[in-house]
Amino acid sequence: MTAATADIPGRGSFARGIHPAGRKSLASGAAIEVLPTPKTVLIPLSQHIGAPCEPVAKPKTAVAVGDVVGDVKAFVAAPVHSSVDGLTGAPTVTTLPNARHVAAIPIAAADEQALAGRALFDDLFGGDWPTRGLGAHAPEAVGEAVRNAGVVGMGGATFPTHVKLARNEARPVDTLIVNGCECEPYLTADHRLMLEAAGAIVTGSLLAAHAAGAERIIVAIEDNKPDAVEAMRRASEGTGITVAAVNTQYPMGGERCLVPAVMGRAIPTGGLPLDVGVVVVNVGTASAIAAAVLRGRALTHRVISVTGEGVSRPKNILAPVGASYGDLIAFCGGLKPDAARVVAGGPMMGFALAELDVPVTKGTSGVVVLTDSQLRRADETACIRCGRCVDACPLGLVASRIALAVRARDWDVAKRYHLPACVECGCCNYVCPAQIPLVQLIRTGKAMMPRD
Amino acid sequence: MAEAAKKADEPGAPLMGVAPGPHLAAPRSTRAVMADVLIGLAPVFVAGCWVFRWRAAMQVGICVASCVAFEAIWQRLRGRRQTVGDLSAAVTGAILGLSIPWTAPWYVGVVGSGVAIVIAKMLFGGLGSNIFNPAMAGRAFLQACFAGQMTTYVFKGAAGGGLPPGVADAVTQATPLAGGKFEQIAYGLKELAIGTVNGSVGETSAVACVIGGLYLIVRRAADWRAPTAMLLAAAAVAAVGQWADADAVLTVGHHVLSGALLFGAAYIVTDPATSPISRRGRWIYGAGVGLLVMMIRLFANVPEGVMFAVLVMNMTVPLIDRWTVPRPVGGAANDAK
Repeated sequence: MTAATADIPGRGSFARGIHPAGRKSLASGAAIEVLPTPKTVLIPLSQHIGAPCEPVAKPKTAVAVGDVVGDVKAFVAAPVHSSVDGLTGAPTVTTLPNARHVAAIPIAAADEQALAGRALFDDLFGGDWPTRGLGAHAPEAVGEAVRNAGVVGMGGATFPTHVKLARNEARPVDTLIVNGCECEPYLTADHRLMLEAAGAIVTGSLLAAHAAGAERIIVAIEDNKPDAVEAMRRASEGTGITVAAVNTQYPMGGERCLVPAVMGRAIPTGGLPLDVGVVVVNVGTASAIAAAVLRGRALTHRVISVTGEGVSRPKNILAPVGASYGDLIAFCGGLKPDAARVVAGGPMMGFALAELDVPVTKGTSGVVVLTDSQLRRADETACIRCGRCVDACPLGLVASRIALAVRARDWDVAKRYHLPACVECGCCNYVCPAQIPLVQLIRTGKAMMPRD
Repeated sequence: MAEAAKKADEPGAPLMGVAPGPHLAAPRSTRAVMADVLIGLAPVFVAGCWVFRWRAAMQVGICVASCVAFEAIWQRLRGRRQTVGDLSAAVTGAILGLSIPWTAPWYVGVVGSGVAIVIAKMLFGGLGSNIFNPAMAGRAFLQACFAGQMTTYVFKGAAGGGLPPGVADAVTQATPLAGGKFEQIAYGLKELAIGTVNGSVGETSAVACVIGGLYLIVRRAADWRAPTAMLLAAAAVAAVGQWADADAVLTVGHHVLSGALLFGAAYIVTDPATSPISRRGRWIYGAGVGLLVMMIRLFANVPEGVMFAVLVMNMTVPLIDRWTVPRPVGGAANDAK
């Protein structure tokens, strides 16, 4: 616990959780590089929680970066835009790493791009970011700009941000938490963003707090990133923003652990941070909000951490949405011979890829390539009721009882042990000596449990 | 680097597998947990061999071998894959062997192992599904069927030993608890702690049990809550007993250091499969065992009560589990969804 946590209402840590090896040093020193524009990008029409978009641009239309290619008239939705200058193709279907089949629009990139390389980076993150006079933007105008830009939660959940920031008199907000924790092992995208684009994050946080009506802003960063804490403190001087270094433990970046750690308030099971007067926004989302409101930029690019012992040169890449995982890995020198699994996202909650010709989306925060020796191979045994899962679960659940009840299709027991409360963080799986696929069973149970 | 730059679908590219996450895990296995328990039993085994000589080692060896054999034969007869590799049968055998007198004939160990593994463990569904602690269930059967052999404790002292029962030099002594209860003899606390007293192979040395128990707790092969609750409850009842009956020869110290109390605290109530899974439940379970042990010692016709206390509390574990479902952070799941 550092001195910074004295400024926040909570303890700066939460009970239980796990402490996996961070392995961040593989990529934390790599400054953000801009991916050379790929030959084609494939823009999925559903990159968010909510109603999928419908195609707006017809095939064989010339589009520029930021042109809308998909939209839908629903509140909980966000439009998708082209991430390259080029020519659209006929809609097709792609399978995302979470096994959803979604419609997608291919766009063939033109040979000449208006913005590329460093110029693209500077347009998104560089230059001056004002910290005063932001109140001139009306909250509704901020929300509209955010929606039109297609900004969604970039920590991975992809919830449409304008919905999160919309004011609701029945549920007032007093605090905005800006999430720079990045608790998953290996990932360093948010870390580099805080070092290289702190100004954009600060401006975006101020705009987001103004839109939501929050009086206080707290930037939460795990204390394994002291340089990021320092960078954010310098960028937020004079703004009243508190930068807090919280305890490094997994899953601190999950809102159900972060809000209790920072605010001392527990989010009700089945509820949202909004229920306790808090809105949580990822640092990447904050910078996207700033770019959307002040520079009219749509969310077309994001920083992705391509790392792991199985990739030749780990990097943090600013990539266009719709580039393929293969493009990213090729830019990093390709896979090593002992690469055994490519994971979209972090190694705890990410999904393994079956093929690399799949597009990255607004929510793709990282690509982790694991090698043979890192993947566990022991046989599954019966549950010995050792209780390690109980000691690890940050929400206080008994994962083994829930998972075995799902296996036996005993929904009464599953409900009694609070199956719907699980957030699938994977702490239980990590510690289980019997190799029981606890998270997979719980996921299956959530899908199969009868609704009454 | 040319090989590394190949695309995934080219021949010679690395073969990638797909599996559900999480994709990282701590390097622990069931076998590692059981191996830790065996290591934790080592101090007690060494102390028992020092006091009772090589026959003690034979007793434990017979029980371990029998337990492993019974489980292997059972799995073969049922056509299932072998599970003896996870070492849980070996642990049952070691605990059983350490909890019977070294003078018991070889068939006592074999029969006890058979009951422990086949009846108390495999018939209930195997590892993790058993309600009763297999070693204690086996021992209870032995106490009923071979009462004479099970209650004959021969103490040779560290200087002699190795002679079979019946030889003129053998001295049959009572265990410290029996001596205290039936003959009003109190042993010295130091002897009780080190283990130069009579008893079953493993229960004599309190110090060895404490060392082994601490090792298990540090390695997280055992949860500290049940043993702590057990010892506190037993000490509390013993203190009340000592205060109520000033003429009793056995003090709180005697009770805590004698018999299988510490052995039970370190190795038997910590058996995860037969104790509650919630943390609060383990406190209740441990306290119940401690309470029952002392009640049996003070009021029943037998001097030692760990075995029966554990078996009775084993029966209550499903109920304790039901009563102590932890409340999630954020409250119970919202049903109105």
